[in-house]
Amino acid sequence: MDTRHNTAHAAAWREHEKRAHSSSGIHHHHSHAPASQHGEGHHLLQVENLSIGFNRYEPQAGLMARKSRVDVIHALNIAVHRGELLALVGASGAGKTLLANTLLGRFEPNACVEGCIWFDGQLQSQKTLAQLRGRCISLVPQSVLALDPLMKVGRQLAGGGRRAGVRGRDSRARTEKQCSLFEHYGLGEAVAGLYPFELSGGMARRVLLCTALMDDPELIIADEPTPGLDLELAVRATGDLRAFVDRGGSVLLITHDIELALRVADRVAVFQGGTVIEETAVENFASPATLRQPFTRALWHALPEHDFAVMPGEQGPALPDEAPEYRNARDRATHAEPAPVLPVDDEEG
Amino acid sequence: MASFLLRNILKFLLLLLATSVLVFVLVSISPLDPVQMNVDQAAYLTMSPEKKAQLAEYWGTNTPLWERYAHWFGDFLRGDLGTSLRFNAPVADVIALRFFNSLALMIVAWILSGVLGFALGIGAAVKRGGFVDRIIKGYCLILAATPAFWLGLVLLIIFSVTLGWFPVGFSVPIGVSSADLTPFDSLRHLILPAATLSVVGVANIALHTREKALDTRESEFFQFAEARGLSTWQAMRQHGLRNLLLPALTLQFAQVAELFGGSVLVEQVFSYPGLGSAAVTAGLGGDAALLAAIALISAALVFLGNLIANILYGVIDPRLRRGRHARAKKDRAGAEDAPS
Repeated sequence: MDTRHNTAHAAAWREHEKRAHSSSGIHHHHSHAPASQHGEGHHLLQVENLSIGFNRYEPQAGLMARKSRVDVIHALNIAVHRGELLALVGASGAGKTLLANTLLGRFEPNACVEGCIWFDGQLQSQKTLAQLRGRCISLVPQSVLALDPLMKVGRQLAGGGRRAGVRGRDSRARTEKQCSLFEHYGLGEAVAGLYPFELSGGMARRVLLCTALMDDPELIIADEPTPGLDLELAVRATGDLRAFVDRGGSVLLITHDIELALRVADRVAVFQGGTVIEETAVENFASPATLRQPFTRALWHALPEHDFAVMPGEQGPALPDEAPEYRNARDRATHAEPAPVLPVDDEEG
Repeated sequence: MASFLLRNILKFLLLLLATSVLVFVLVSISPLDPVQMNVDQAAYLTMSPEKKAQLAEYWGTNTPLWERYAHWFGDFLRGDLGTSLRFNAPVADVIALRFFNSLALMIVAWILSGVLGFALGIGAAVKRGGFVDRIIKGYCLILAATPAFWLGLVLLIIFSVTLGWFPVGFSVPIGVSSADLTPFDSLRHLILPAATLSVVGVANIALHTREKALDTRESEFFQFAEARGLSTWQAMRQHGLRNLLLPALTLQFAQVAELFGGSVLVEQVFSYPGLGSAAVTAGLGGDAALLAAIALISAALVFLGNLIANILYGVIDPRLRRGRHARAKKDRAGAEDAPS
């Protein structure tokens, strides 16, 4: 994390806070949804100009290889307000999980991370982000594989977390908390005594959510929490996240499913080519006229309930991480050749 | 449960049968002439042909292999392990004496190398890439490349010859009657051979544990534990160790076989009268009955070790323990549902 700009940023921030936020116009590269609140005059989470790159040797250069830097994420801006559910929509393998890990202070060892991350008005470093995880920011992982296969889920929830190794009253309090959370989410007492492999899909999702709620987070980052579910089931499965938001929490939902995002989120950030190209309220997806970027408009047209078609003039730059989901939808509609992809890193092509 | 027992007993018997046959075949095709090997070189040269023939008769060199084996096998079934031709005593007596020497040596080495190796491996994995990791890794790689007998010689030179802290060999002091023998004496004689065996075993276990622990660190549940705010040490304590216990157990019980091999060399170096040195003597001297008995004991030990590991798997891993119950329940439910 580049902290040299700390003072400059603080000044810019004070200047910024003088402006009114009520307008739905664009500031900080995004527009607002009705639910978006600036508690205490700032975003809960704000990422500014974030770049994450890896140094690597040129694959084909042989012995004379020089190190070169590959940016997976560049100049990314994103902001999560209090009391809103922001969906980050992007293709698989585009670096969404990398972003989630970075927000949790879990930088890859060989990554260079530049830019600013603010949480609750404080500029963060890798160290402070690491302190926030399991306290203010919690992760809801993708699957039950994230749980220790050899530990009963009840003990795992009560014993783990930030206050690991607590004894006596604290440990009892955590066990009570785990019980009440399980009760609230309709998980019977017996569930606490099950091992992860014994959970059904639905149970597992609620247990994973409970692991995050154990630590009373202000922000939940949910990384693809509904793998393999069809749209209706996925919308229902994200109902608990929605309820958390309605109680005043904030959620960053990471998904590759634009339809799911439009159904459950307040705002959608479209992640493409390693950056967020448009961050806007779900309402703005009602018509292509309110969308600013050509790619987002193309996305709108590609949706099944719209034209389900490619708009050749409005495709935007074809980038390597374009999701097969979108491309297939367009291909089915037009019988056209798949969009050309750049030769770099084309895992999909 | 009954079928599990039956299957393992059957396996065990087959293993013993195969081992004993193999020993007899190997001894019979050994190029060493037992008569020549078991008498003094000078005595052999001056020996009369009649005497040689008599000795050849004693060692059974002219009896066909199958006859010798059948004879031994018949005795074995009656619980008689035969007579050691080399020691001129019942095999059971020869082994009983040496078994406890070896057992003490191997148990000490087994526990020391297991505990130390596991701890070092975990420590290296948690501090991956750091100073501690490099020290541990370097130490283990050097030791892994060190032959046990050579290390034994070095330890002997340093601690017995130069420093004089420990005796040079044997399991009891020379010239002390067994009545005057104290446990302290036995311990003093045990330390160097046990240390040699352990130190070599540590390297193997530590390197394997380190690899496994690194895999565990990469696993999703470990990463999530860290994402929940646990430090690497905390995550290792809470979630890593119990998941590493299974591979560690497998390794630890597989180590029994390694230890047996190692103890043969180490006992030779330290002139320590254990099973290992008896095996060498029996093998070189063509003493099939003694060699077969030692081979059977080691095969039984290794088999027992693996069996214990298998049973512990079921105790530790809920997926095996509960999964089996769940499957059985499902099967029963399925059987009831199915139309008869």
